[in-house]
Amino acid sequence: MTVGQTSGPTRGRAPLGLTLPAGVALTFLVLPVIAVVVRAPWASLVDELSSGEARVALRLSLVTTSISTLACLTFGVPLAWLLARTAFRGRSLVRALVTLPLVLPPVVGGVALLLALGRRGIVGQYLLAWFGLSFPFTTTAVVLAQTFVALPFLVISVEGAFRASDERYDDAAATLGASRWLTFSRVTVPLALPGIVSGAVLSWARALGEFGATITFAGNFPGTTRTMPTEVYLALQSNIDAAIALSLVLIVVSLVVLALLRERWLSGVSA
Amino acid sequence: MMARLRRTAPCVLVATTLLAAAGCGGGSNESSGAGSSTTLTVFAASSLTGTFGELEKTFEADHPGVNVQVSLDSSTALATQITQGAPADVLATADQSSMQIIVDDGDNAAKPVSFASNTMAIVTPPDNPAGIKTLDDLDGTDFVLCDPSVPCGSVAAEIFKNAGVTAKPVSLEDKVTAVLSKVTLGEADAGLVYVSDAQAAGDQVMTIDIPTDVNVVTPYYIAAVKDAPGPALAGDWIDLVNSQAGQQVLNQAGFGPP
Repeated sequence: MTVGQTSGPTRGRAPLGLTLPAGVALTFLVLPVIAVVVRAPWASLVDELSSGEARVALRLSLVTTSISTLACLTFGVPLAWLLARTAFRGRSLVRALVTLPLVLPPVVGGVALLLALGRRGIVGQYLLAWFGLSFPFTTTAVVLAQTFVALPFLVISVEGAFRASDERYDDAAATLGASRWLTFSRVTVPLALPGIVSGAVLSWARALGEFGATITFAGNFPGTTRTMPTEVYLALQSNIDAAIALSLVLIVVSLVVLALLRERWLSGVSA
Repeated sequence: MMARLRRTAPCVLVATTLLAAAGCGGGSNESSGAGSSTTLTVFAASSLTGTFGELEKTFEADHPGVNVQVSLDSSTALATQITQGAPADVLATADQSSMQIIVDDGDNAAKPVSFASNTMAIVTPPDNPAGIKTLDDLDGTDFVLCDPSVPCGSVAAEIFKNAGVTAKPVSLEDKVTAVLSKVTLGEADAGLVYVSDAQAAGDQVMTIDIPTDVNVVTPYYIAAVKDAPGPALAGDWIDLVNSQAGQQVLNQAGFGPP
């Protein structure tokens, strides 16, 4: 807690009008997490977690969220570039559509995915008939559900990063003869890298916590579709101690990953 | 600076909490209509969706100024919520063991009573794409069950055991309505749901009976919750469920006698 330190002599101290609400915000965010730690069944923690199911669910969560984060980057960064760097009719509409999954309750998102990509979905029925592809109840469906809810976070933050980086560098590269692709990969992306990394971290975190769309679209079966959040939810039905222990694992894993990423990437690129 | 922050932060927290509490109080008064009206909160197993919805209308007609809130979820989830202090007046569960959760915690006001029973059936999409006729046909199809941690799942597991069926489902849903929707959407070839759910789904599903020698009769239990916000109304609700009119509603929906 070094509230006063950042305020140099020129800018003055951080005003109470800002530090107080900031303190309230921080307390509000951290308090529930502290409650999980306080209420954790420390004595029986090993017992609660020794079930192989927790390990299977954690592994599935880590694998699927890695893939969905990659998918978000692969498809989201180009979409963000399109929104930030090109002018086309209906761009504001496209931007609104991109954010739509954010307002959908995840369970509704899951139903929508079923209606689109399910065996009888408007697209899914043809995927099944022509290619024999059926998503529901598969690990692929878990990745799709996670990508659906996480992609908007990536697109929004990366678009912001593209907009914030000076477009004149792009122009300079172009006048030196660089193609638009070369400019994108050598100039635009490196300049926006901190924003891209933090967008990826944000979407990974959202994917890791994803529950509603997953259980609705992908279902729930150990090893194939039962991720950590679903495991926690099911444990909650019968054994609250197990649920808290599992939540603790989820919190610790995400803290470690986020801290490592920040150490390895965010500090490096923004320095 | 630090000292000042330390001293004032708790004050703001207290003030905020008070504000929030005041806001909530006002909100709940508003939502229940006029100032004199009260709310009866009924926690019910999701298989009671239709019947309790109907009884809600009857109850509200008999008790002017009372607003009944029926909260539907899996029995175990509701029971756990009550042990954590959820403000319910009545709990109705789809089995005995989830009612036992609140009994063990000492949250029931009186001994739970059984008010209905249910059995299970196989449901398939109307066109029955996998051609299922018996429990044995489930093997190799994309069928779904409830998770064993909720009543509909433990009952399904018992039926499978009785029938000697070892087929593996593609998904273990968190509540019976989720099984039903996977089938009505045509995503699953079949599912095991309560007879009452199958009946409520009407022609959205094809229902296949499970023979009585392997089927399981599950008793439904109801109890008033201790320290309930509205104890008198809780008793009235339980009376209504057990009355001839209440039993008729349950019977028409496919439930068996207690």
